[in-house]
Amino acid sequence: MWDWLKWFTHMENSKVAALIIFFSLFVAILIYVFGHKQRSERLESYKYIPFDEDDEPDTNDSKHKGTQDERE
Amino acid sequence: MAAGEQYNYDIVRKFSIMALVWGVLGMTAGVYIAAELAFPFMNFDIPELTFGRLRPVHTTLVIFGFGGSALFATSYYIVQRTCQTRLSSASLANFTFWGWQSVIVLGVISYVLGYSQGREYAEFSWPLDLLITVVWVAYLVIYVQTIRHRSQPHIYVANWFFMAFILATAILHVFNNLAVPVGLFSLSSYSAFSGVQDAMTQWWYGHNAVGFFLTAAFLGMMYYFVPKQAGRPVYSYRLSIIHFWALVFLYMWAGAHHLHWTALPDWTSTLAATFSILLLLPSWGGMINGIMTLSGAWDKLRSDPVMMFLITALSFYGMSTFEGPLMALKSVNALSHYTDWTIGHVHSGALGWVAMVSFGSMYHLIPRLYDTEMYSKKLMYVHFWLASIGIVLYITAMWVAGIGQGLMLRGFDEYGNLAYSFIETVIFLKQPYIWRTIGGAFFLAGMLVMVYNVFATIRQAKKETAILDAKIAAKLANA
Repeated sequence: MWDWLKWFTHMENSKVAALIIFFSLFVAILIYVFGHKQRSERLESYKYIPFDEDDEPDTNDSKHKGTQDERE
Repeated sequence: MAAGEQYNYDIVRKFSIMALVWGVLGMTAGVYIAAELAFPFMNFDIPELTFGRLRPVHTTLVIFGFGGSALFATSYYIVQRTCQTRLSSASLANFTFWGWQSVIVLGVISYVLGYSQGREYAEFSWPLDLLITVVWVAYLVIYVQTIRHRSQPHIYVANWFFMAFILATAILHVFNNLAVPVGLFSLSSYSAFSGVQDAMTQWWYGHNAVGFFLTAAFLGMMYYFVPKQAGRPVYSYRLSIIHFWALVFLYMWAGAHHLHWTALPDWTSTLAATFSILLLLPSWGGMINGIMTLSGAWDKLRSDPVMMFLITALSFYGMSTFEGPLMALKSVNALSHYTDWTIGHVHSGALGWVAMVSFGSMYHLIPRLYDTEMYSKKLMYVHFWLASIGIVLYITAMWVAGIGQGLMLRGFDEYGNLAYSFIETVIFLKQPYIWRTIGGAFFLAGMLVMVYNVFATIRQAKKETAILDAKIAAKLANA
């Protein structure tokens, strides 16, 4: 019943099978990422995540007097 | 609510400080053993000071002490900031801190006393391997739980890289350290593998430790801190997705290039070389993505020392990931293997990429953790130039040493006899070894400048807080 699995155990078969599977997978990822305009826009929108809820130190804040060099 | 209250910054601070402590100690050990190679009298006939014992002290302190602590710190910071949620468990996070620091301390003591598994970058004895496993599972649980409780619908790409790093490191660590202890109260053990399988497992681990611990994880750092410091989003988010999947897939196959021209089957060697060449594509894709983030704001390279660290790190990442595939070619490897070219290559990645991106990230992180600004921008420039000069001296010396050594070992006279004796190659190496030590000393000096700058920053933050508290108390008293 599982004899067909033996086909993969031969190096000349498994190398080609692996190449086809992984190359197809890679092409599928490429198509998924670049193949659809709206999806592309959605994916690109995620690059702003690090800037959400930003609380950068404000140099005008009374607590911060600048670096040592600036004070000198 | 202030970020310091919303997020768990305490654990990030602890790991950041320890990264600096281990960095200084590890680099000092590195400079010392470099000096020992140039001036062997520095062994002083003391077994604990010999190269064989101090070398794993150096690698463990810089990779797992400095690099590991920097990764814990930045990953805990990034996952909270990009998921906009607090770290899932403060007590478990503290356990990872004390557990990891214990591993480093006990590991170093055991090496100095002469206990080692003899596996490169995995020298820890079996009880410490077990402790690492427990700490690592806790790290995974914290990370996954924090991501599960995120406020953002999407998981930012930096976290993908950190997750790949945590998962891959777990697999690598467990399988490479499969061993049978000699006894319950003995630190010695027998590897579960033998012969060529043992070598294959070790270098599958060794190369992927570079790939996932020293590359993928630091790319996670890069994908957060470069955009934040540049004040603009990453150049292409889609490219970062391709970068991630291509990198994590290709790295796993490349380890056998460490064993060219050995008992390893030739096809395994060829496969590893092929995948090493393929790795150029995602590596350079990632580098371009990082550097192009600065597109339109190149002036920051003149005015912002943090940006100088980060972009120089990416440039070294590009250079090392070009040199690596080159050295993985069998013909080049025949010359480069067993020479100091390999040591130079490792350090262009470790100092140029790993350490520089960590310094840049720490300079971004420390002021935010303590709600202040860096004490001195000038000292950051001083650090940058000391580190850059140190790296250039180091890798140039090792290119000269390695290529010269390789050519001498392969030199034949007109009768087909070896042209040089082994001792002649050792004499040739003396000068480059001295220059390498000087380069390392420059890099260490830069690290000491950073430690002083960070110490002064923390002291300054405490003063500012005390003044602010006094002002508030005075206002309340007058009200």
